[in-house]
Amino acid sequence: MNIHEYQAKELLKTYGVPVPDGAVAYSDAQAASVAEEIGGSRWVVKAQIHAGGRGKAGGVKVAHSIEEVRQYADAMLGSHLVTHQTGPGGSLVQRLWVEQASHIKKEYYLGFVIDRGNQRITLIASSEGGMEIEEVAKETPEKIVKEVVDPAIGLLDFQCRKVATAIGLKGKLMPQAVRLMKAIYRCMRDKDALQAEINPLAIVGESDESLMVLDAKFNFDDNALYRQRTITEMRDLAEEDPKEVEASGHGLNYIALDGNIGCIVNGAGLAMASLDAITLHGGRPANFLDVGGGASPEKVTNACRIVLEDPNVRCILVNIFAGINRCDWIAKGLIQACDSLQIKVPLIVRLAGTNVDEGRKILAESGLSFITAENLDDAAAKAVAIVKG
Amino acid sequence: MSVFVNKHSKVIFQGFTGEHATFHAKDAMRMGTRVVGGVTPGKGGTRHPDPELAHLPVFDTVAEAVAATGADVSAVFVPPPFNADALMEAIDAGIRVAVTIADGIPVHDMIRLQRYRVGKDSIVIGPNTPGIITPGECKVGIMPSHIYKKGNVGIVSRSGTLNYEATEQMAALGLGITTSVGIGGDPINGTDFVTVLRAFEADPETEIVVMIGEIGGPQEVAAARWAKENMTKPVIGFVAGLAAPTGRRMGHAGAIISSEADTAGAKMDAMEALGLYVARNPAQIGQTVLRAAQEHGIRF
Repeated sequence: MNIHEYQAKELLKTYGVPVPDGAVAYSDAQAASVAEEIGGSRWVVKAQIHAGGRGKAGGVKVAHSIEEVRQYADAMLGSHLVTHQTGPGGSLVQRLWVEQASHIKKEYYLGFVIDRGNQRITLIASSEGGMEIEEVAKETPEKIVKEVVDPAIGLLDFQCRKVATAIGLKGKLMPQAVRLMKAIYRCMRDKDALQAEINPLAIVGESDESLMVLDAKFNFDDNALYRQRTITEMRDLAEEDPKEVEASGHGLNYIALDGNIGCIVNGAGLAMASLDAITLHGGRPANFLDVGGGASPEKVTNACRIVLEDPNVRCILVNIFAGINRCDWIAKGLIQACDSLQIKVPLIVRLAGTNVDEGRKILAESGLSFITAENLDDAAAKAVAIVKG
Repeated sequence: MSVFVNKHSKVIFQGFTGEHATFHAKDAMRMGTRVVGGVTPGKGGTRHPDPELAHLPVFDTVAEAVAATGADVSAVFVPPPFNADALMEAIDAGIRVAVTIADGIPVHDMIRLQRYRVGKDSIVIGPNTPGIITPGECKVGIMPSHIYKKGNVGIVSRSGTLNYEATEQMAALGLGITTSVGIGGDPINGTDFVTVLRAFEADPETEIVVMIGEIGGPQEVAAARWAKENMTKPVIGFVAGLAAPTGRRMGHAGAIISSEADTAGAKMDAMEALGLYVARNPAQIGQTVLRAAQEHGIRF
């Protein structure tokens, strides 16, 4: 689960991490009053969407007057911001973060990730703030420093000092950096975050220099939300695909793609492989859909309905290899779906595994015109032949 | 022979009296698995309530179960929030192989678990896996056992259903297996590909190995590199997710493309460059195993 920048900043503030004075705003008038309240002479108005790349897309503006704050807010709110991460339709801007502009001397990158290789939290830092870390890793890998955290011991002061020194945070900035790194690590552990990215971390101030987090991105573990109430409350459903949200409510894992062959499969691996097989036959899958284990007839009906809501779908490939699932349940679910949804597109069905004979028999005796497939290859070939036919 | 579990393995179930454990304990026993009891905290001293399992004792702790039964393998059917704790309990009690089916264990719990295992000999298989099976001898998991026939192919995969798929393709060609190991679809696995490859390399009955991966993480390529340097047996690789978009979690928590190296194409290219047989098409896994077996003069 992702959260907005303003939520990340408010969260970090509770851990004593310095962030600029600011507040969230839902209207231009509110943005102006926020600016007035926090005072100063320059403000940053930032569109709150989950996608990155807001700056280049016009979603971050520096205002020099309250009136300018209001103007920028008015322009951003209700607009669709298109960044390299949003897709061509962009993301609707429904809230803003207005903060006091900082006098920035230099920017750094700080990230905590879970390294799948060493299976530990790893602190990554770079003197190249403001840039995407992937780019820094590619162009100037020597500018990236890493420190692995032993989960039994936690992030140690000396590890933070090593990192601070390596990226050039010296003098009185060093103890600040140590405090900040340890606070973010603690936050990550407490809140079951999978990623905490501070980019940029900046040296700010005209005479008195200090460290400040200017942007922060968090990603939390969906599997741990049951024990993270404050994080769960930050979920913004408007940032998620409504069909994916609906599917997950039915225990289905759905991801929309841009092809025309609908897919209903059990198991994430087989679902991916089914998309691959379609692609290798020259077809284009319309979606990824994993019905999961224990797929009841109701679940199968819901899966069919969600897949068919996509107007591009011209046939549906059903590929089930039943382990804890049962082919007879799947077959009953398909018949139920055909009855209740009046499905007009052809259904290509491949069943294998537990109770496969019963499943096939139910389909054959239904009187409905399912196209049965012998195996994965056969199923993909038949689906592609239909859409190309 | 086989890897990790065989006909001598004494298996307990944690969360024994729950619905799923009950169902799968019966299924495992019917296949020949030596199920010796189980653990449900609070129900120690009783017998399993299911008539078919009524001869089996229930214990409060894994330590008691191990002391009384000599169990060395545990099937952990405990809900995700409590699963990592149950695994550590199994390790503490001296269980040699703990298998966890659960889908949804928090990643931070797995990080702690993996740290807890440092310096201990126990193996954790999973989470988010159908488990492990040595056909005709021992099943610790939820896979449909009837599709697994005895043979000389070792199979290891992240995905469960894709494991079934590959197994069925091989069976249709007359290829059976020694042991099937599902390492699971989570970002942090108790056991990685390399550990399983090492076991297959050391197992005299396994003559050929199939490794089925998916997008996300560095594991597949690291394993292919290890195989090139350390294995005498041919390895067939497949990676699911050629058609997967970047940045989307494809069902499994671990299946997400975060960088170019995470893509199915990049991983399969790397596998090929490291000398593995690569099945580019998921429908061709069985055929690729057959070709590798024939080229190496392996009979089946």
